[in-house]
Amino acid sequence: MELTGAEIVVRCLKEEGVELVFGYPGGSVLHIYDALHGQNDVKHVLVRHEQAAAHAADGYARASGKPGVVLVTSGPGVTNAVTGIATAYMDSVPLVVLSGQVPTKLIGNDAFQEVDSVGITRPCVKHNFLVKDVADLAETIKKAFYIATTGRPGPVLVDLPKDVTGAKAAFEYPKKIKMRSYNPTVKGHAGQIRKAVELLAQARRPMLYTGGGVILSDGSKELIELTRALNYPITNTLMGLGAYPATDRQFVGMLGMHGTYEANMAMHQCDVLLAVGARFDDRVTGNLEKFCPNARIIHIDIDPSSISKNVPVELPIVGAVPNVLRQMITVLREENLKPDAEAIGRWWQQIDEWRAIKSLSYRGSDTIIKPQYVVEQLYKVTNGQAIVTSDVGQHQMWAAQYYLFDRPRQWINSGGLGTMGFGLPAAMGAKFAFPDIDVACVTGEGSIQMMLQELSTMKQYSTPVKIVNLNNRYLGMVRQWQEFFYEKRYSMSYMEALPDFVKLAEAYGHVGMQIEKPADVEGALREAFALKDRTVFLDFLTDPEENVYPMIPSGGGQNEMLLAGRDAMKNVHEEGMILV
Amino acid sequence: MRHIISILLENESGALSRVAGLFSARGYNIESLTVAPIEDASLSRLTLVTRGNEQIVEQIVKQLNKLIDVVKLVDLTEGGHIERELMLVKVRAATHEQRAEMYRLTDIFRGRMLDVSDSTYTAEMTGPSDKLDAFLATLGAENVVEVVRSGVTGISRGPKGLHV
Repeated sequence: MELTGAEIVVRCLKEEGVELVFGYPGGSVLHIYDALHGQNDVKHVLVRHEQAAAHAADGYARASGKPGVVLVTSGPGVTNAVTGIATAYMDSVPLVVLSGQVPTKLIGNDAFQEVDSVGITRPCVKHNFLVKDVADLAETIKKAFYIATTGRPGPVLVDLPKDVTGAKAAFEYPKKIKMRSYNPTVKGHAGQIRKAVELLAQARRPMLYTGGGVILSDGSKELIELTRALNYPITNTLMGLGAYPATDRQFVGMLGMHGTYEANMAMHQCDVLLAVGARFDDRVTGNLEKFCPNARIIHIDIDPSSISKNVPVELPIVGAVPNVLRQMITVLREENLKPDAEAIGRWWQQIDEWRAIKSLSYRGSDTIIKPQYVVEQLYKVTNGQAIVTSDVGQHQMWAAQYYLFDRPRQWINSGGLGTMGFGLPAAMGAKFAFPDIDVACVTGEGSIQMMLQELSTMKQYSTPVKIVNLNNRYLGMVRQWQEFFYEKRYSMSYMEALPDFVKLAEAYGHVGMQIEKPADVEGALREAFALKDRTVFLDFLTDPEENVYPMIPSGGGQNEMLLAGRDAMKNVHEEGMILV
Repeated sequence: MRHIISILLENESGALSRVAGLFSARGYNIESLTVAPIEDASLSRLTLVTRGNEQIVEQIVKQLNKLIDVVKLVDLTEGGHIERELMLVKVRAATHEQRAEMYRLTDIFRGRMLDVSDSTYTAEMTGPSDKLDAFLATLGAENVVEVVRSGVTGISRGPKGLHV
């Protein structure tokens, strides 16, 4: 039997096991919306802005491990989604974005709501397609899911001209797909793995540095097993938090610009570094010339282009993280390699000395709410079990520093692109994936206003999220940099005329609370989380001039950290100012 | 270092712009680029010349390999190879003396005359890029009316071929 292209799209989604699509209708996707109507296999969530569709699908994907699916119309539908697509691309999140397009005959004609969607998204997708013939439709969608979810995951866009979704063809969904030009390496090279394990076992000051790749590949179990077998210290990147339990003794905290003293010092002084699914991002390495000066580096990554991109690597291993780590564990056991217990003991002693500095300590207050305190209380009230999303800025760093993530996919943030506005729709997506788990969105009054309209979507679909707004009346991270690097000239970082967030929440049918006193923080959080089926907007009025510490100023090495209350901002390298 | 990278590319619309886009997005330079379909109509062969240190060229190769439309590639400069470029050049040849000199120079460089007017000659020449550069230098900028070059194409020496 022949189906229309639109019906084929819906059938393909069903075949892929897609339960949820986040989207927004418009002229060129009306056939598809008609095919969605009156079927129950694929549920559609109507967002209030296409950017939110992409972020929500992204949050859903990060929380669940399944690909997120987005459906938008041509022209502005696509351009609005671009920020969300780029966000997913930078953090390697599997998305399939279905976009409407003007009929093939009108392409290139400057038709109404026409943009070159394939051209616009090309630099921020893993791959994209323009389907010109309904006969190619099913196979193309199959390819899109295959490419998005395998190898290093990423967003794939499929552009669907309206005549293609209107035309008819026989439907057959390919069971398997093979592409001659795309064949990711998943198994690690045995010889390299043996060498890596031997090098690791010889280390006297070893360090494990792991990133988002461990979470994306579901490699947490193997990572924990290897790390415990070795008894080595481990740090996670911002994207990798949760891959190794933050409450474990061997975890030394996040590393990088706002990482802990012990993590960064251990990186700086280690002699063997095992990097797993991490990409030596500039926020992690600081000044490359001063990065890990004494380390021999092993790097496991599924993407060969991540290896030796920023930092030369001695022992590269291309493959999927769980496979490679499993192979390493096997070699370690078979060869019965034992690290030098005395050297490792001394190394732990050194690390514990760095730990004793307590680089995350901050000065508490009885009169003004400290943002760090709010995150600590959030951790306490949720028993460390909530899924936490964040927006971008100071609050993002505080959430990463003070909420201890013990399991993967618990911490969801825009690490690569740094997209303000990500947090709320991502929280909504995560809640769709896990209706029974508490979801908190840690945000600021700047970020939250970028995607505020989604409060309406959250009302419509009853996705209760607790919004923890760290409201300091400043674009806090901008202000912090202006304080440090621009002699406190606070250019455009003060937010005047903020809305009454309590009334705003109420206007959308949610619960709003404003909290001004430190003594009320815990109580308010408890009250909010007790309201299981309500979205609660908690507007915490926090210390306006609190800074994020520790901090490696750009251009600094990992051993050149500034600690709260101890170091005035000094040694700002001129080259660092350029680095941003 | 100058590198000649030869790529088998899916012959699909947009494939070329993915390659070109990669170079502009990542700030790599392209000195020349040639592309044409080959005997297998589903593929194109693309040859590009780029410059960069070892680390940059390694990244270029990896990033190109990462493109879904890139089926296979080889850095020809890593081994023995032959490189050729086609150039058409229109030179001033107004006086008897000029006409004789231009004819001689073209002959010395093993070029061929393709077209003649009362004031110009048009010559064709193939060879490695540095030979074409040398010919242009010999002619002198004041004698050249127009130059068009195809960009470099190349093939490896020996029995091996670049196939899917």
